[in-house]
Amino acid sequence: MNLPVIIKFVIDLLAVLLLALGIKGLSKVKSARDANRLAAFAMSLSVVGLLSYYLGTSGIAVQSWIWIIIGSIIGSLFGAILAKKVPMTSMPETVALFNGCGGMSSLLVALGVAIFPISNSAENLDFFKSLINEVSISVSIFVGAITFTGSIVAMAKLQGWLSTPGWTQSKVRHFVNIVFAVASLIAFFDLINGNRSSIWLLVIVSSLLGVGVTLPIGGADMPVVISLLNSYSGIAAAAAGFVVDSQLLIVAGAMVGAAGLILTQVMCKGMNRSLVSVLFGGSLSAQSTASSGSGEYTNITSCSVEECALTLEAANKVIIVPGYGLAVAQAQHTLREVTKKLEQNGIEVVYAIHPVAGRMPGHMNVLLAEADVPYEQLKEMDVVNPDFPATDVVLVLGANDVVNPQAKNDSSSPLYGMPVLDVQEARTVFVIKRGMSAGYSGIKNDLFDLPNTSMVFGDAKKVLNDLIGELKDLGVGEK
Amino acid sequence: MSFISLLWVLLLGSLLGLELIGKVPPTLHTPLMSGANAISGITMLAALTLIVKAEGNVPLLIIGSVSLGFALFNVVGGFFVTDRMLAMFSRKPSNKK
Repeated sequence: MNLPVIIKFVIDLLAVLLLALGIKGLSKVKSARDANRLAAFAMSLSVVGLLSYYLGTSGIAVQSWIWIIIGSIIGSLFGAILAKKVPMTSMPETVALFNGCGGMSSLLVALGVAIFPISNSAENLDFFKSLINEVSISVSIFVGAITFTGSIVAMAKLQGWLSTPGWTQSKVRHFVNIVFAVASLIAFFDLINGNRSSIWLLVIVSSLLGVGVTLPIGGADMPVVISLLNSYSGIAAAAAGFVVDSQLLIVAGAMVGAAGLILTQVMCKGMNRSLVSVLFGGSLSAQSTASSGSGEYTNITSCSVEECALTLEAANKVIIVPGYGLAVAQAQHTLREVTKKLEQNGIEVVYAIHPVAGRMPGHMNVLLAEADVPYEQLKEMDVVNPDFPATDVVLVLGANDVVNPQAKNDSSSPLYGMPVLDVQEARTVFVIKRGMSAGYSGIKNDLFDLPNTSMVFGDAKKVLNDLIGELKDLGVGEK
Repeated sequence: MSFISLLWVLLLGSLLGLELIGKVPPTLHTPLMSGANAISGITMLAALTLIVKAEGNVPLLIIGSVSLGFALFNVVGGFFVTDRMLAMFSRKPSNKK
């Protein structure tokens, strides 16, 4: 072993250790921010390690430097700009986009190696020589392509650019996807047999498979899909590691792949969905229209902001249930104003956070943190559910499915079994909502029909602003 | 590195990943996902390798460079956006008068 090899070995080992510590630290609130920086540092370290290795052995041509710099600057610049500019509400689609690009990168590496076999004198490695390389190239292309198209479809659906086409809800989609899967398998074996042109077939069918698998999945399940695709991009990276013979890539890719699987599992549990039903079950709303899930509302009580303010003023304990609608209206700051007023009046205020509030587990926590809501006021579902009977007022803001009693009472409902917040146990429930449209699952909410529920119609931000005005008139929070 | 030892690396890496994430508070699901996502951009090392070994093959250099761009988009964007989210959690104690 010569010196560059030893140095690279040590750096790689260090990088793996730091990455592992980074992932570990990211799962604890206290250490998360440092852990993220640690992981970023480990990544830069690994680049330094790789470049110094090549500088010490084969050298790096000027031409290579130029292309390295061009690629790095453009990629980093766009990444940094997007990361700074994107609103916190669009976090799920942003993660999906980043993830898709990671998959694309693995795909391109494998494609590059496949089209232009490189002979390397220093290591005597002909990339396209062995069966193993062909297998790893195929896997890298297959997983990379699925990750890319799947993530882009997920992003488009979350952005609302793409709706769920009707045909994808019928059985046809299974047939179509099986065709794609079989075609990729054929392309794979053809490739191993030495027919290099079938690599394009593999690229095309695996891309289509990514689309075909993601398209039928309903918006409510999208977080699980993104998490799963995140796991895939790790696998794609590990496969690329086999292609270019890098242990560091394999370890890091495998770590992300496995950690992503666990995270996916955790998310599924929170939504009471099995991974299988998410992937093959189609969208929830489609099932509900097929079954008897939908229906008309018969007993809606609507009330004015003024009434709502009066009830709030008389309350001792208020629980806020925030949902994605709140975030869309950018009303989390206004909400904070309202709760500040109530607190100044000695009213106890907590926020009930459903595991999948927002559009991604933990998304709502981020959004409320943005509005400076103290961490201690955020209560998880299991903690807050026993408190509802002793609560005077519940404010439901832009949440819908997570407060639907159907999930507990109606075994024919597609939501049945999903853990929900028992808001109907409280004395009074105000639902602030723009109209009577259904939630993300597209299912009727029985809560709205209950006698202790009143609807306050309007845009969340506007209603909250009016509420501040009304509370002011009542002298709440003036001391 | 022989293929077999690379498989061992794969196996142990996966086991490590499974062990690392035990109990994650729901608050951190989103940041953890985007942080792990940034790490999956490690494939930038493969792109770099491709560029270095291209030996003047221009199409390959371009593919490598585009691949590197995509990977770094993932890595840089991922880490920044994770940091932005986590900053919101950590700034609170100081903000409470």
